[in-house]
Amino acid sequence: MKALSQKRRHPLAALALLVLGLMLTGGLYAVVTTVNEAKADTTTYTAQQVEEGEKLFVANCATCHGLGASGTDAGPSLAGVGAAAVDFQVGTGRMPMQMQGPQAKQKPKQFTTEQTHEMAAYVATLGDGPALPEEQYLDGGGDAAVGGELFRVNCAMCHNAAAAGGALTRGKFAPPLAGVSESHIYSAMVTGPQNMPVFNDANISPDGKRDIITFLKTIENQGAPGGAKLGSLGPVSEGLFLWTAVLGVIIGFTIWLTSRTS
Amino acid sequence: MSTTTETPFQAKTSTGRITDFVDQRVGGSGILREFGRKVFPDHWSFMFGEVALYSFVILLLSGTFLTFFFDPSMAETHYAGPYVPLKGVEMSVAYDSTLRISFEVRGGLFMRQVHHWSALLFVASVSVHMLRVFFTGAFRKPRELNWVVGGVLLILSLAAGFTGYSLPDDLLSGNGLRIIDGVVKAVPIVGTYISFFLFGGEFPGTAIIGRLYMMHIMLVPALILLMVAIHLFMVVVHKHTQYPGPGRNDRNVVGYPLGPVYAAKAGGFFFIVFGVIAFISAFFQINPVWNYGPYDPSPVSAGTQPDWYIGFVDGALRLMPGWLFNIPMEWNIPLPWGTNTLSFNVLGPALIPAGIIFMLLFTYPWIERWVTRDDREHHVLDRPRNAPTRTAIGVAGFIFYCVMWAAASSDLIATHFEVSLNDVTYWLRALFFIGPILGFIVTKRVALALQRKDREIALHGRETGRIVRLPHGEFQEIHAQLDDYKRYKLVGYESPVPEEGIPNENGIVTRKEKLRGKLSGFFFEDRVAPATPAELEAGHHHEAVEAGDDDKAITH
Repeated sequence: MKALSQKRRHPLAALALLVLGLMLTGGLYAVVTTVNEAKADTTTYTAQQVEEGEKLFVANCATCHGLGASGTDAGPSLAGVGAAAVDFQVGTGRMPMQMQGPQAKQKPKQFTTEQTHEMAAYVATLGDGPALPEEQYLDGGGDAAVGGELFRVNCAMCHNAAAAGGALTRGKFAPPLAGVSESHIYSAMVTGPQNMPVFNDANISPDGKRDIITFLKTIENQGAPGGAKLGSLGPVSEGLFLWTAVLGVIIGFTIWLTSRTS
Repeated sequence: MSTTTETPFQAKTSTGRITDFVDQRVGGSGILREFGRKVFPDHWSFMFGEVALYSFVILLLSGTFLTFFFDPSMAETHYAGPYVPLKGVEMSVAYDSTLRISFEVRGGLFMRQVHHWSALLFVASVSVHMLRVFFTGAFRKPRELNWVVGGVLLILSLAAGFTGYSLPDDLLSGNGLRIIDGVVKAVPIVGTYISFFLFGGEFPGTAIIGRLYMMHIMLVPALILLMVAIHLFMVVVHKHTQYPGPGRNDRNVVGYPLGPVYAAKAGGFFFIVFGVIAFISAFFQINPVWNYGPYDPSPVSAGTQPDWYIGFVDGALRLMPGWLFNIPMEWNIPLPWGTNTLSFNVLGPALIPAGIIFMLLFTYPWIERWVTRDDREHHVLDRPRNAPTRTAIGVAGFIFYCVMWAAASSDLIATHFEVSLNDVTYWLRALFFIGPILGFIVTKRVALALQRKDREIALHGRETGRIVRLPHGEFQEIHAQLDDYKRYKLVGYESPVPEEGIPNENGIVTRKEKLRGKLSGFFFEDRVAPATPAELEAGHHHEAVEAGDDDKAITH
């Protein structure tokens, strides 16, 4: 302690202090950011899967994403996007992309689940990223009410409160969520595909994500207690229905009622 | 039928005696004699007013049922009902009781849907009724004031709709209420004060639902009932209008007496309207508040729209740019007591288009009356084509409204037709200005063309498609002449001529008169004169000799 206090006016003391400070903030930053990061890939893939995945990648994806998935002008680098991103994009048919545009559109998927996993295995080797979601969060056994609240606060502004989808700027859109698998919902949240923001585990905990999935599956499967849903689009479809179908029927009746006498 | 005072009448049956007893005291038969003989012309387009009245009755009935179970309190509670996705969620008592009506009260959801569907139908039928009245010129003397009462009824129906829409305190209606709050706050200087008075403090506060409830179940329906009474009273005083036809003029009404056939039809029509509403309420879901969740100022759902009748205001807000050519639409105005903000990007679209529409709606009968200097009573309607400029003005207004209406669903247009939301907005902005003008021109031309077609048919008959070869080799098409009844409809209309401004007693044409002269030109410059009896006579004589169209009839 005494030595330290004697050396405190040493010409290099300021420098040492600076280094110490930088080390401390840097170290803290590293700790903080890893806490916020979605759980890194811990799934182990076999070497054969990675090899097969690479072959599939070179044949189908490298045109845009570049050999070694380092990215080109036509597509981003895939280092660090994780297996979950591949599972979502390829598993929902969005990749390979039909055409460049504001947003990759969903289309019939091009690869089997096995092939998708092989490509995921390859991409996972390129850098740490979100892994495929764990089964325990996909069982739909969470709290639908909590999920509903989380959904309304975090998701409804784009996807609509009834998950019927919505428009974004310049041709981009948030798709309707009915019929999307539990695993893909989870992957979308952790990877933020297309124009969606990433909801990492610090933002919405894995249990929260489980609740959201439970909520979505509950409202999807419960049906509409009031009758035909008219697309769950709210007052616009209700107004359209009234002005066309209902008013049409009423006009039909008025014509019928007044036609007899003349 | 009625009792006479000279010979004491003794009914044979006990029912007759009771009826007679009542009749002698309330004078029912006199009323029946007066009203039962009231003649109503028959036409399907005359029935939208009835649809409006009937849906209002249904609204009163279903609304009364809902008040038994609805609790307009904004106190906080936690949901403990059967709807799983909301279990334990914090919400207001108003929302909780709406869920209870939907899921626990027997028939509650059905009644809610009846109430909501009939509300939509009510405003729609009021609107269609007004369009019918406008396009047929039924607002002319002596019905100008009744047209104004109708306009007030339209505004009241919007007020009734909006106050009711907000009551469940769900996320969707709360977002709508937040927009109203924004518009109120955009009023310069006093806006913030009005907002605080309205909401009892900062939005959303704990007072608004109770206040809206009182307006929705008492004030607005009472005003509507009052206006309906005035409206119907004036209909009785003025008698009903009729479409032009042989034997119909401004001094008679050709139709069927109210009793018994018409009364039976009208009564039956009530049940038809009720039946249609009940059917759709049973099979089509409306306003599923459980989907939207309780109101909370933080979440805003995509695809948030008001009910259709408020849509045009929402659309105008969506169309308004915040900046126009690098000029902000929001200004800070220094005033002696400090700086006040004028937020024209909110205030302008919220008030100006609606202001234009209602100003024109209320003043139009007087504008037309001033331009035409027509002080006669009109009980025979115009066919829309026979008043081309009025019809064109109506269509222009209709398109102006519809562009804003469409803008309220711009996001759904974008997603469903896979186009860019920005492009939809740009196109609708352009249509907002161009659409009414295009609509005016096209409608006027179509109306004039239809008039010419009518004139052509009146003069030369209908083309039969039979081609005859004459002995000298000429081919001719045989035209079938119309019967007199049909021809009357084509020629029996007025076509005013434009007139110059009239000099006053000093021989000066005032500026106001010059303007009137110009407007008269605008209204009647392009006209197709109805075929005169002389022309008809001439037309019949050389019907076989078909020359080309003679355009000399069209003056310009």
